[in-house]
Amino acid sequence: MEQVFRRINVSKLLVTIVMTIVGIIFLLPFLWMISASFKVEAEVLAYPIEWIPSTWNAVENYKEVWFGSNSFLLYYWNSIKVSFLTTFVSVFFSSIAAYSFAKIHFKGRDVLFLIVLLTYMIPPQAIIVPQYLLYSSVGLIDTHLGLILLNSFSAFGTFMLRQFFMGVNDEIIESAKMDGAGHFRTFFSIALPLVKPAIATYAILRFIWTWNDYQNPLIFLRSEHLYTIQIGIEQFADAHGSIYSLMMAAAVSAVIPLLIVFVVGQKRVIEGISLGGVKG
Amino acid sequence: MRSGSEASQERVVEEKKARMNSWKDNVSGYLFIAPMLIGSTILILYPIVASFILSLTDWNFVSGLEGASFVGLDNFITLFNNPVFLKGLVNNFILLLVVPGGLLLSLVLAVIINKNVYFKDGFKVIYFMPYISSTVAIALVFQVLFHPSEGPINQFLMSIGVENVPQWIADPAWALPSVMIIIVWTQIGFQLILYIAALQNIPPELYEAAEVDGASALYKFRKITVPLVTPTTFLLLIQGIVHTFKVFDLINVLTEGGPANATTIPVFYLYEQAFEELKTGYSSAIAVVLFIILVVITITQWFGQKKWVNY
Repeated sequence: MEQVFRRINVSKLLVTIVMTIVGIIFLLPFLWMISASFKVEAEVLAYPIEWIPSTWNAVENYKEVWFGSNSFLLYYWNSIKVSFLTTFVSVFFSSIAAYSFAKIHFKGRDVLFLIVLLTYMIPPQAIIVPQYLLYSSVGLIDTHLGLILLNSFSAFGTFMLRQFFMGVNDEIIESAKMDGAGHFRTFFSIALPLVKPAIATYAILRFIWTWNDYQNPLIFLRSEHLYTIQIGIEQFADAHGSIYSLMMAAAVSAVIPLLIVFVVGQKRVIEGISLGGVKG
Repeated sequence: MRSGSEASQERVVEEKKARMNSWKDNVSGYLFIAPMLIGSTILILYPIVASFILSLTDWNFVSGLEGASFVGLDNFITLFNNPVFLKGLVNNFILLLVVPGGLLLSLVLAVIINKNVYFKDGFKVIYFMPYISSTVAIALVFQVLFHPSEGPINQFLMSIGVENVPQWIADPAWALPSVMIIIVWTQIGFQLILYIAALQNIPPELYEAAEVDGASALYKFRKITVPLVTPTTFLLLIQGIVHTFKVFDLINVLTEGGPANATTIPVFYLYEQAFEELKTGYSSAIAVVLFIILVVITITQWFGQKKWVNY
């Protein structure tokens, strides 16, 4: 018995080692990117690949990315601003709508919920031209407000959070009502705290999606001082054309903060993806 | 008598209270959904209706509304005679091949990671990294990796003795496969995580019973795992298909549809026509075709699910 136990562990260990090697190969593009971003330009494409640079140029490369002519400081600030505000507004709108659809009995609820679900089926590319026309007629082109509004009305968020609010016990809601609490107070002080994990999951997902959004800033932003990171990095790459070490430093700068958000919140993100089965 | 009138009085009060409650419920109900409903009506529902109307016009939005004229289905006729659009549709159908291939790979990895390794969470994080990384950054990295003469991939291939290395995104024949490799790489993490979630719902007794009968690992995979994860496979299949119709970022940064339209797809053609050629009516027709394709796929999902998915 003991021998069997040990044999299983050995095979599990072997598989773990093999899978670790596969995993490293899988991540080679990332490792190459990070390594190249530390190098002097002349050594970026040298072969055999020097995974650990022989000549370090990291400080100069990153200095150019962060404080050079296309400063990432500005793009970062814009992205942080847009991503946080979008996440906040979207979570707020989706959660109050979700609570209402789950816990308040009002006329026409099911039909209205169906309408919200319908919007989920519409691919963003199919409506981008009319959205652009609408935005130019009300002056929202080239504004962060316009960009934030575009991602603030999420059928996915509403649907996902509604599932969780439906799991909240009706008696808790009823007893709050008995105590004279209105829906607003019941929502904030009772229902919302109960679905906190779901809110966190949706907030992280929304943040990632907004941070990585490329198409909307590309179409709706004109002025460089408003550019978010995804447009900024393209702009930077265009300006520094074939200087690969700088391009890789820029790519690292665009990817790393999100990887940190992800590694910190990975349990929530993975849970959320498994539950929603949805992609951005 | 007295108690009767008291009871009816109570009933009246109760009803009043209930009516007050339902009145209050209606008001708060509508107030709570108002931002969501108004926002999505203006920003999503109205534009989709507008897309349909615009697709019937010949219009360049820079010229102002008076420049618009009604042309019936002309845009659609032009569209289906346009070689670039048709090439894009064909490319998009070739891109669909990444879906089954990627799913099989993800399922195999999921089975291994789910039961047979230590640090399971660590592996999930590793495979999920490309999925959450910015597509623009990934496209830039692969532009260099795929560099025909000096890129690390070809240098490696040459060093192990491969002659005639592929020119990757510089070669019309290899450009689309290159894009497909990147799509598989970025999507594996997502599919893997859903598969692991599905695998955890398979009762272990099924495997134990098969083991008692001396079933091989491959047999268990084919006869237990694959059938029992079909709901997830179906979901991922549909989402994978829908995703290939939306890979605008990657195409726009990596290849801009080239070389020689080898990687153009309808969404990219839509973007070019709408925002570079400024053909508002014509690009709306592309949007409508895209919308119809995706709605048909989604409806297939609803109906198909019942037919061949094992629950």
